[in-house]
Amino acid sequence: MAWDGLKKFVFRRKRDLPEGLWMRCDDCGALIYKKVVEERNNTCPECNYHFPMTAPERIQLLLDPGSFHELWEDLTPVDPLGFVGVNVYRDRLAETQIQTGLRDAAIVGVGTIQSKPLVFGVTDSRFIMGSMGSVVGEKIARGAELAAQEKLPYVVISGSGGGARMYEGCLSLMQMAKTSAAIARLHDAGGVFVSVLTHPTMAGVMASFAALGHIVIAEPKALIGFTGPRVIEQTIKQELPKGFQRAEFMLDHGFVDLIVARQELRETLARILGYIPGRVASGIHPALSPA
Amino acid sequence: MTVEYTHDFEKPIAELEQEIAKLERLAVKSQLNLSAELEKLRDRALQVKREIYGNLTPWQRVQIARDPRRPLLTDYLAGAVEDFLELHGDRTYGDDKAVVTGFGRIGDERVMLVGHKRGKNTAERVKCNFGSPHPEGYRKALLKMQLAEQCRIPVVTIINTAGAYPGIGAEERGQAQAIAKNLFEMSRLRTQILCIVIGEGGSGGALGIGLGDRLAILENAYFSVISPEGCAAILWKDGTKAPQAAQVLKLAPKDLQGLGVVDDIIPEPVGGAHQDPPGAVARVKEYIQKTLRELRALPIGELLKKRYERHRRIGAFLEGEEAKVYFQASMVKAAARAQAKAQKEAGGAAPNAPAPNAASPTESALLVAGAGGVLSAAPPSASAPAPSPSAAAAPPAPAPVAPARSPAPAAAGEGRGEGWSEPPSASATPAPIAATTPDPTAPPAAP
Repeated sequence: MAWDGLKKFVFRRKRDLPEGLWMRCDDCGALIYKKVVEERNNTCPECNYHFPMTAPERIQLLLDPGSFHELWEDLTPVDPLGFVGVNVYRDRLAETQIQTGLRDAAIVGVGTIQSKPLVFGVTDSRFIMGSMGSVVGEKIARGAELAAQEKLPYVVISGSGGGARMYEGCLSLMQMAKTSAAIARLHDAGGVFVSVLTHPTMAGVMASFAALGHIVIAEPKALIGFTGPRVIEQTIKQELPKGFQRAEFMLDHGFVDLIVARQELRETLARILGYIPGRVASGIHPALSPA
Repeated sequence: MTVEYTHDFEKPIAELEQEIAKLERLAVKSQLNLSAELEKLRDRALQVKREIYGNLTPWQRVQIARDPRRPLLTDYLAGAVEDFLELHGDRTYGDDKAVVTGFGRIGDERVMLVGHKRGKNTAERVKCNFGSPHPEGYRKALLKMQLAEQCRIPVVTIINTAGAYPGIGAEERGQAQAIAKNLFEMSRLRTQILCIVIGEGGSGGALGIGLGDRLAILENAYFSVISPEGCAAILWKDGTKAPQAAQVLKLAPKDLQGLGVVDDIIPEPVGGAHQDPPGAVARVKEYIQKTLRELRALPIGELLKKRYERHRRIGAFLEGEEAKVYFQASMVKAAARAQAKAQKEAGGAAPNAPAPNAASPTESALLVAGAGGVLSAAPPSASAPAPSPSAAAAPPAPAPVAPARSPAPAAAGEGRGEGWSEPPSASATPAPIAATTPDPTAPPAAP
């Protein structure tokens, strides 16, 4: 349900980007030079609003060049309900797969950040709003299990306006249980989970693994919460206060450890990894030399 | 017992029962022996009831699940639980009346009960927020479940909520975090957990007390990722299409069981729980006793392992060779759709625009563009052979649908490892992506 209120934030970039050298910031509305925005890793030079980033861009930004090794990349979503709404879920999947080059919204694998090995996952908001269906849930859970087994830290960059993916019905809902249980196992195995929340992280994703980081990091101004702002406004019939459900609000209310700008995220993750014992128990990838 | 029939689909039953009543009155008045006729009519009524209630549509079930006459948590506490001792508060913020917790006995079983409270009348409903909990409700539930673990008694949760409350306070106090924490802790709670959906199983708000060793659902209850109204509003921008949404969401008990989400369906008395509340309560009580006996037979380590596996295996996806075949078939279908659309548009526009498809970013053009990597290379060539379904499995991969970066059907799963170290221009290709705005008429996802 959060989706409706959020689509205007998430997809505006795509409408604005194609033509011209200038674009308008989704948040402050300033007219900004596109090239500068790109140089700043898709952030606004005026207000530091963080535009959505694709999963491959994230990997590029955060991991050591060439170190990332994707796992379970052939996990393919299906249409378990035979979902026919305005369009057919399977068709929508195929079109999104073609547009994004991804099989589903999550990429999980192993790699290094400043030579420190980790299991790394990231969701892509281009793929049905980064929503969690069976494939996303399965990959996040497998990542947690691998991290527990290999005694590696686990970092997941989340971003989903919709949360659990409606098109897979209760199977999506139960991915909340699946991923939370897997994170609990990682916890019991002595592992450390770092959850990075990007704009927006809502509903079923936030009400499961994304909220369960031992360390929770948010990008500036990211919308974070359970119910989308529009639904809340409709329910309580009053306007929401400024900054409601933003990263800064979540920090103030104690649900986030720190807010980190995109430009500093790699450095910050490396510093955090420096405090987490990580070693590779078996040779899962040549790039990860046992430490 | 007199029952009122309020739902449309109950009309035939209402008519039959009226006839029976009439005949009964006549028999008394006229001193005639009409018992044979009455017997016949009663049989008929039962038959019609069985037929109607045995073939309800998902939307009809949703209506029954929400029927205010249905037994609620308080009825189960009164009818199935002895010695109930309510325990309040989350020790942090307050006492959420939408969640009731406490010790109680069910037959010989001493248990911790946790349930959504909805209220019988308006005053009560307002007080317990219509059964929609705030974070403190979930935190109270967790605290009492941990107490159960401490006392080594099982937890029984009674689920009946439209969803967690969407409000300012709920967000300020971490609604999402509270639900996530419950899932985390319930997955490893070292005692038996039995969860029963007795009415509405509304998304995360229901699941927040719904992770256990067994998930059972009453015959006319439902469990869904989103409300049918919410789904209809997203899909069709029209909340009145909720009946269709209920159909596509597969939220009815039998469907849920087929998907592996629900373990057991508890049958209701003929005509639904609202027509015989004590009967429904008795059935649930019996189910709880039977199932707790089964769960108690397992050592706790085994129980936790099974609980983990139970949730771990839920989901539908493909992997390996099957995934390849399915994905290829999807790509072939997508190409055929794009081509058909392009042809149709080219045909329709032909008289006015001799250069079809060069400009307007139609979905089909984009689809092919995304596939080919270049927008201008989108060829709605009528000469290209229309891919047949049988082409799905036949290598080599259909050329027109090879996406710019990655899973070309034939090469799926290969060479992506190195792909990530390519320069940003290759991996981030904003051009075709930026142009492909997702279909705004079909937004996805729900809480």
